[in-house]
Amino acid sequence: MRRYLARKILIYALTFFVAVSINWLIPRLMPGDPIRTMLSRGASGDEASMERMRAYYEQTFGLDEPAWQQYLNFWTSLARGDLGISVWLFPQPVTEILLSAVPYTLALLLPATLLSWVAGNRFGAFAARSKWLDNTLLPLGYVLTATPYMWLGILLAWGLGIVAGWFPTAGPYGFGSIPGWNWPFISDLVSHWFLPFASLFLVAFGGWAIGMRNMIIYELEAEYSTYLEALGAPRRLVRRYAFRNAVLPQLTGLAVQLGTIVAGALLTEIVFAYPGLGNLILEALNNRDFFLLQGAFLFIVVGVLIANFIVDVIYVVVDPRTRTQMQGSAA
Amino acid sequence: MGNRLRWAGAALVVSLAAAGCTGGGGGEGEGGYPRAQTLYTTGTQWGPPANWNPIMNWEYTTGTVGYVYEPLFLYDPLAGEYIPWLAESEEWVDEDTYEVTLREGVEWSDGEPLTAQDVVFTYELGRFESVPYSNVWDWLESAEAVDERTARFEFETPRYQEWAYFTYSNPIVPRHLWQDRTEEEVTASANENPVGSGPYLYEDHSEDRQVYRRNPDWWAVEALDMRVAPEYIVDIVNTSNEVTQRLLTQGEVDLSNNFLPGINQTIEGNPTITSYFEEPPYMLAANTAWLVPNTTREPMDDPEFRRALASSIDLQQIVEGPYSNLVEPADPTGLLPAWQDYVDADLVEEHGFSHDPQEAESILAEAGYEDTDGDGFVETPDGDPIDLTLIVPSGWSDWMEAARIISENAQAVGINVTEEFPDQAALTDQRAAGEFDLVINNERQLSNTPWTYYDYMFRLPVQDSQNTVNFGRYENEELWDLTQELAETPVDDTEAMRATISEIQEIQLQETPIIPLWYNGLWSQYSTQHWGNWPSDAEDAPHYLPTTWRNYNQLGAVLTLTELEPAGR
Repeated sequence: MRRYLARKILIYALTFFVAVSINWLIPRLMPGDPIRTMLSRGASGDEASMERMRAYYEQTFGLDEPAWQQYLNFWTSLARGDLGISVWLFPQPVTEILLSAVPYTLALLLPATLLSWVAGNRFGAFAARSKWLDNTLLPLGYVLTATPYMWLGILLAWGLGIVAGWFPTAGPYGFGSIPGWNWPFISDLVSHWFLPFASLFLVAFGGWAIGMRNMIIYELEAEYSTYLEALGAPRRLVRRYAFRNAVLPQLTGLAVQLGTIVAGALLTEIVFAYPGLGNLILEALNNRDFFLLQGAFLFIVVGVLIANFIVDVIYVVVDPRTRTQMQGSAA
Repeated sequence: MGNRLRWAGAALVVSLAAAGCTGGGGGEGEGGYPRAQTLYTTGTQWGPPANWNPIMNWEYTTGTVGYVYEPLFLYDPLAGEYIPWLAESEEWVDEDTYEVTLREGVEWSDGEPLTAQDVVFTYELGRFESVPYSNVWDWLESAEAVDERTARFEFETPRYQEWAYFTYSNPIVPRHLWQDRTEEEVTASANENPVGSGPYLYEDHSEDRQVYRRNPDWWAVEALDMRVAPEYIVDIVNTSNEVTQRLLTQGEVDLSNNFLPGINQTIEGNPTITSYFEEPPYMLAANTAWLVPNTTREPMDDPEFRRALASSIDLQQIVEGPYSNLVEPADPTGLLPAWQDYVDADLVEEHGFSHDPQEAESILAEAGYEDTDGDGFVETPDGDPIDLTLIVPSGWSDWMEAARIISENAQAVGINVTEEFPDQAALTDQRAAGEFDLVINNERQLSNTPWTYYDYMFRLPVQDSQNTVNFGRYENEELWDLTQELAETPVDDTEAMRATISEIQEIQLQETPIIPLWYNGLWSQYSTQHWGNWPSDAEDAPHYLPTTWRNYNQLGAVLTLTELEPAGR
């Protein structure tokens, strides 16, 4: 177990290093100059003072140094937990901007991912049992899972928000609300949260349901199921075993899918003007805000790695075969 | 204060979401700002409010200048006059000496008096090279406080036009709070909890909004008998066009300063949505969009070629197409309607250009541009093929459409122009470095004097990197001398101004170094559901700029707030 974990951690550390380095490099390879983009937003600048300001801010951001030096600076300040200052939202520290956006992203991602996985698996297993459901609702699942997150978001906003008027379609809470621990504000918050959550949930739900349905059918046709049935085991018992086996690939699927889900959440946030990481990344890109981009991707990389790690650990717990394997190799 | 709000909100979402709780309904809570006393605005802020530093004039949070910090004067471009604001009066004692007298009894929102010391201090800040108005010290000699209310400025070269621009565009900051700040603290601090002299106080902010509350002790209540109507202003960070339009029509937003394609239909069809004019172009003009040819490249270095290009463009097609009449074609001089008095009509009659493909073709033929290889496009007189690229930022759909029309028009007279849409940051780079053929730009805004436009067009010397002016790298000593002469003409001597401007226009119209296209609008549409008496061109309506854009409060936009009335009164 210890060797298994040590190896995993080493791989994660390597992935982290490479991913963060790439995130550092790519924005810098794009044409465009963050300081110039920032200053060109000025209403009217005198050319002479503009040149002086550019020199000043380049120095402030350390962009006048050679690239290798900037790269080293990046890692040293990262080690100190300092992600730098945002160029676009100058002079806010990147860490602060991200910390205020991450809770919104998590509030969408966590429940949407977990609930859709649980509900999708249950529904898929259930549907595999019934010809009627298999023929009606599963095609819907195929449609859902093939829908781009953004498109479903726009559909929901239009249908449930604009036409039906049940839900607000923009912002984290009403523009007239003052945040506080009171019921009107909480219900306002939840009603703003619901549509972006629902669009993420539905797409993922369709995918998991289909995956589970296919796995269950596969498992029910496996030899151990036939054997169990031949022994006269009750149908429910057979299905329970099939479900347990079918969940394993779904769990691996969750780890593999995380990246896509995060990307989907970012797009959904943009559709619903939800102030999470998605909007930040889009604007940071437009403004060539290297520091905010680096920071945002760092959060995502770390988040995905942690989630993968948790899935890895859970896998060991739920699949006895991996445990035996590890014990075997240790012996 | 803002953090408390952010965290409370975010923590709530998390805890609720974790509980797996879903709900519906909602809407505006009872614990909110009273709707009848709150003005909702949008259109300026692209990201979370990040600083309230009036010195950073390119990105301070909406309202920092105007609502909180105030300048000495306002300039009202519609009336063409300077309005004494913090200042009571000004005087040029002699040619090189300027004295400004402050109003009596103006106080900062912390109760300290606003004095001439503050004015002097604000200009002394320009000694820091990172302050946007640091160039004032290239021609200003000294600034001193004569007494509590009078500040005196001595000039080396009095650039009257530019100085007048400074007196209304630069907000005064409190010396007692800023004097110990380092350069970094002045130009790179968020200046949270801003202390100003204006009609509003900072109330709160979160990722997607900024909230102001009325300052009950604002000096103008007593001095000018003026009151800003809304008790609260909530400025909302820009969302997508669709969302903005929906918020506006549902009366959730009162004032939108976004460019919303097709808003003309809403204005025509929806009685609660109005704009400054009832009919096209609906909007006031905020700036001129120019076609900038790179005059260091062939054949754009040839005035005849530039003129042919200018004559080939059908502005009406752009105005009616992508803009559906929300803008108007620009005057051949490029001067905004507010500067109509300075346009020399005779010169325009004689040298001006308009859409005329035949004229364009004959100019080309006379100047020796001919299609020698038979590909349908002309070559240079030396026989080199012409293949030009017009760049506009990707995603700016109206400009992209306009660029397509310009290319088609140019191709119709035999000039091979194709459009390209690089990403905006990349375009800014190419433009600054002079690595382009043709680019569209509209960055110079409405101001107190056409001098700001001539400075934009003709500024010399041309540097390696041209960041804000003369992108086309056009070099004409005579025009630049005239521009400087204009800068040094007193602002009240309109005769002399007109004379110099006519001289400039005579050369400009013949040389066509930069081609005026259309007047970009001061995009502004407002809802009358909750607030009335909005600015319009009707006789009994207020004539101020209905906008929240940065640096427009100094142009009197803040006065719009003093005229608003709750709807249904």
